[in-house]
Amino acid sequence: MDHKNWTGFSGEKWKENIDVRSFIQDNYTPYTGDESFLSGPTERTRELFSEFEELLRQEQEKGGVLDVDTEHVSSLTNYQPAYLDKDRELIVGYQTEKPLTRGVNPFGGIRMARSACEAYGYKLSEKVEEEFTYRTTHNDGVYRVYSDEMRKARKCGVITGLPDAYGRGRIIGDYRRVALYGIDHLIEEKKKDKAEIALGVMDTDTIRQSEELFQQIAFLQKLKEMANMYGYDISEPAANAREAVQWLYFGYLGAIKEQNGAAMSLGRVSTFLDIYFTRDMERGLLDETGVQELVDDFVMKLRAARHLRTVEYNELFGGDPMWITESIGGVGENGKPLVTKSSFRFLHTLYNLGTAPEPNLTVLWSQKLPEPFKRYCARVSVETDAIQYENDDLMRPIYGDDYAIACCVSAMKVGKQMQFFGARCNLPKLLLLALNGGRDQLTGIQLGPQMEPYAGETLDFEAVRGRWHIYLEWLCKLYVNTMNVIHYMHDKYAYEKTQMALHDTDVERFMAFGVAGLSVLADSFSAIRYANVKVVRDENGLIEGFETTGEFPKYGNDDDRVDQIAKTALEEVYSQLKRNPTYRGAMHTLSVLTITSNVVYGKKTGATPDGRVKGQPFAPGANPMHNREHNGALASLNSVAKMPYAICRDGISNTFSITPDTLGKTVEQQVSNLVGILDGYFAQNAHHINVNVLNRQKLMEAYEDPQKYPNLTIRVSGYAVNFHRLSKEQQKEVISRTFHQAM
Amino acid sequence: MNGFVHSFESLGTLDGPGVRCVVFLQGCPLRCVYCHNPDTWDKTKGTVFSAEEVVRRVSRYRAYFGEFGGITVSGGEPLLQAEFVTKIFRLCREAGIHTVLDTSGHGANAANLMPLLQETDMVLLDVKMTTEQDYAEKTGGSLRQAMDFLSLLERQRIPVWIRQVVVPGITDSQENLFRLADLLADKECVQKVEFLPFRKLCKEKYDQLQIPFPLDRVPETTDAFCEEYSNRFYELWASKKKKR
Repeated sequence: MDHKNWTGFSGEKWKENIDVRSFIQDNYTPYTGDESFLSGPTERTRELFSEFEELLRQEQEKGGVLDVDTEHVSSLTNYQPAYLDKDRELIVGYQTEKPLTRGVNPFGGIRMARSACEAYGYKLSEKVEEEFTYRTTHNDGVYRVYSDEMRKARKCGVITGLPDAYGRGRIIGDYRRVALYGIDHLIEEKKKDKAEIALGVMDTDTIRQSEELFQQIAFLQKLKEMANMYGYDISEPAANAREAVQWLYFGYLGAIKEQNGAAMSLGRVSTFLDIYFTRDMERGLLDETGVQELVDDFVMKLRAARHLRTVEYNELFGGDPMWITESIGGVGENGKPLVTKSSFRFLHTLYNLGTAPEPNLTVLWSQKLPEPFKRYCARVSVETDAIQYENDDLMRPIYGDDYAIACCVSAMKVGKQMQFFGARCNLPKLLLLALNGGRDQLTGIQLGPQMEPYAGETLDFEAVRGRWHIYLEWLCKLYVNTMNVIHYMHDKYAYEKTQMALHDTDVERFMAFGVAGLSVLADSFSAIRYANVKVVRDENGLIEGFETTGEFPKYGNDDDRVDQIAKTALEEVYSQLKRNPTYRGAMHTLSVLTITSNVVYGKKTGATPDGRVKGQPFAPGANPMHNREHNGALASLNSVAKMPYAICRDGISNTFSITPDTLGKTVEQQVSNLVGILDGYFAQNAHHINVNVLNRQKLMEAYEDPQKYPNLTIRVSGYAVNFHRLSKEQQKEVISRTFHQAM
Repeated sequence: MNGFVHSFESLGTLDGPGVRCVVFLQGCPLRCVYCHNPDTWDKTKGTVFSAEEVVRRVSRYRAYFGEFGGITVSGGEPLLQAEFVTKIFRLCREAGIHTVLDTSGHGANAANLMPLLQETDMVLLDVKMTTEQDYAEKTGGSLRQAMDFLSLLERQRIPVWIRQVVVPGITDSQENLFRLADLLADKECVQKVEFLPFRKLCKEKYDQLQIPFPLDRVPETTDAFCEEYSNRFYELWASKKKKR
């Protein structure tokens, strides 16, 4: 196929098949210079943004939710078009009939939708209630099948945060396809795929796939109708840069109208869009200011994306995140950096529109990135604390050069791979269950293999390990089974039609498991092995605490004795998970990532042998436990870098806070040193790092006086938040983390 | 070859160029009134490390050093263990790691100093006071000793960064600046002079050791004052250098 709107583009392969990667490789213009070309905000941008800021202010004043539309069920065409300022907006489209108004999405579960409305003082309308009396939601489906044991594991918190009551998310539609090919061509291709399936054997798998294709096609049609309501016809490829941004955004908008998945990530769009910007600049249709305006406007739209969440959800994922993750930079398979001027332009929105947590700007770091780009990223980190870094040199050999990050740290080939998100299990809690023979000391719930509580006075390393293995094997089986139930039902009752329509028909699936409390577990094993751990029992003979005496090596000090314990624990979890087959033959993956759930997980866990007291938050992700690092920042980074990505393909998250003075005397030195730290950390095959350059003092001031730094953005665990959107409990936990500081 | 080590700071960005791993040695012949690390005074309280073990540890941070970083040996006073430092630096050099010595110039003898300087890429020299009387009173050391050491570095053509802690009422006067500029006027090895603000974060350490902190009542120096003081110094120093 060829199209008049493709004039000026090179290459043939992407014209024959849907192949956005080839289009990028054939057409992008690498940029190796610095940031001096960038433009500030135009008058139009400034005015539109101040109108937007006013809405944000009102939203904050109302306690975080501006308004809820309780009359409609969120979907692509259920709302009339909405504008902030129709004459000034270059890119249009909001989720509901008013910017920042949250829609109701009961497909995950009607109870959750109801309670989310009530949490903010609204009542779900009779109309919606009535409609869902006759519908099965994902949540209904899951609970029809959940076993007693699954319910108990969930209740006592050894597995929590499971997407059984909210959209699973972590699926990235290839929204670029809408711009490059137009909807009609995408429908045509899907119809061909559907016809082809019918020629083979019709069995459970192919019948399901065929029905899914039917739904995908229907929703591509709806996407067209949605755009039509805004006065755009997106059946054909985008003709110019503005259309390309608009078409792509319509794809994304359709997805977030249809789905309220936890993480609704954007993908890897900046270098793709750069091709359209460059073509329009060559044609004399746009100048630098004009291009930046489009990027600023697009980002403003992304910053307006909202979902209505329940209180329980906010405890797990604090700060109202959407994880509109945009992956920037990286290097091609041919060794050429994929950095373009638009990589800079997206980062530059943090200056033109001020710092903000969304979109979740993620730099794919490679030793081979152009030096000026590395320096610019480091400068943005020092000045905004708003971006994160992931190791492209580690991921590229596995995922090629057109992958993106979903959520925080989950890599997938755009439009070719997806994942079944699986939250995480609580490793320290599992250790306590093992010691108490399957009895949860906090709730009294009995689950898993039943044994007598550990009998000795002091903990013996080998004996404890023996118990650990028995319970780990049990938990992993339960975890995989639970995930299978959830994702079967999600596919059945809340299938992501729009997003999956923007994937190849045959996708590769991951099933993403996770662990919480890695550092607590490693230090606990280390204490048992190298120090003396006496048990303290309650009146029922259950172990409720520990008395630990003597020194023991602690994770975060680059000490192999304990770092190896952490690594071994991950290997054990992964190999146990892999023994259990997954729904749709998904590949098992594992993450060490907690979002902000480290607070809730800690709350649900008794005292641990490492000296952590009952209820104390865990460290986030793969971080060492707060303030146990005694050899400085790099020793801490080295410990995390030892965790093996090969078996933790769903990501290993590390959140790093350092005071500006410790990073260097001047901003220039801070930038150079941060580049050095990133190069050094990633050269050792580390996977991810969030960088915060700030003083604890500033956070404490913000905690006491929210007006002082109203836009304070910090990285927490794979994403950024506005500090004030965290609960007080979460804020306190962030303040208590290690700030690497020179003494 | 073994020595007494106080601690490691894997990320040092303030003690020499680039990202550096700083090794703090135990033991110091001086007793500066503003000392930030009283826990390093007593040599015997350190942990015994072999030079090989120290270098093995430092090497773990090689990937971060980039073009300019490396090892900085500080203290305490590293010259008290000059032979140990020599061995550490030799091993570092063999491994291609840049070596910086952070010192007051006190504590070594002629015999063990030269071999050390041969393995040293750069020196951070703390000129604590600018009169002989102050030096003796406030630190227990000698200005002459520090200046002789600097002259030796000049002859050996080893690049030097001079440092001084700016203590209110002690080293914050215009006279102090004049004297310092005089002392450094003819030293071509000096690349940079850093003024560090007096801080009292160390108070906790004094309390723990149950030693009174002599400057308990002296206020901290502000960053702004330090910057302005440094600017004044550079003007003075430039004019002195010109006059020569």
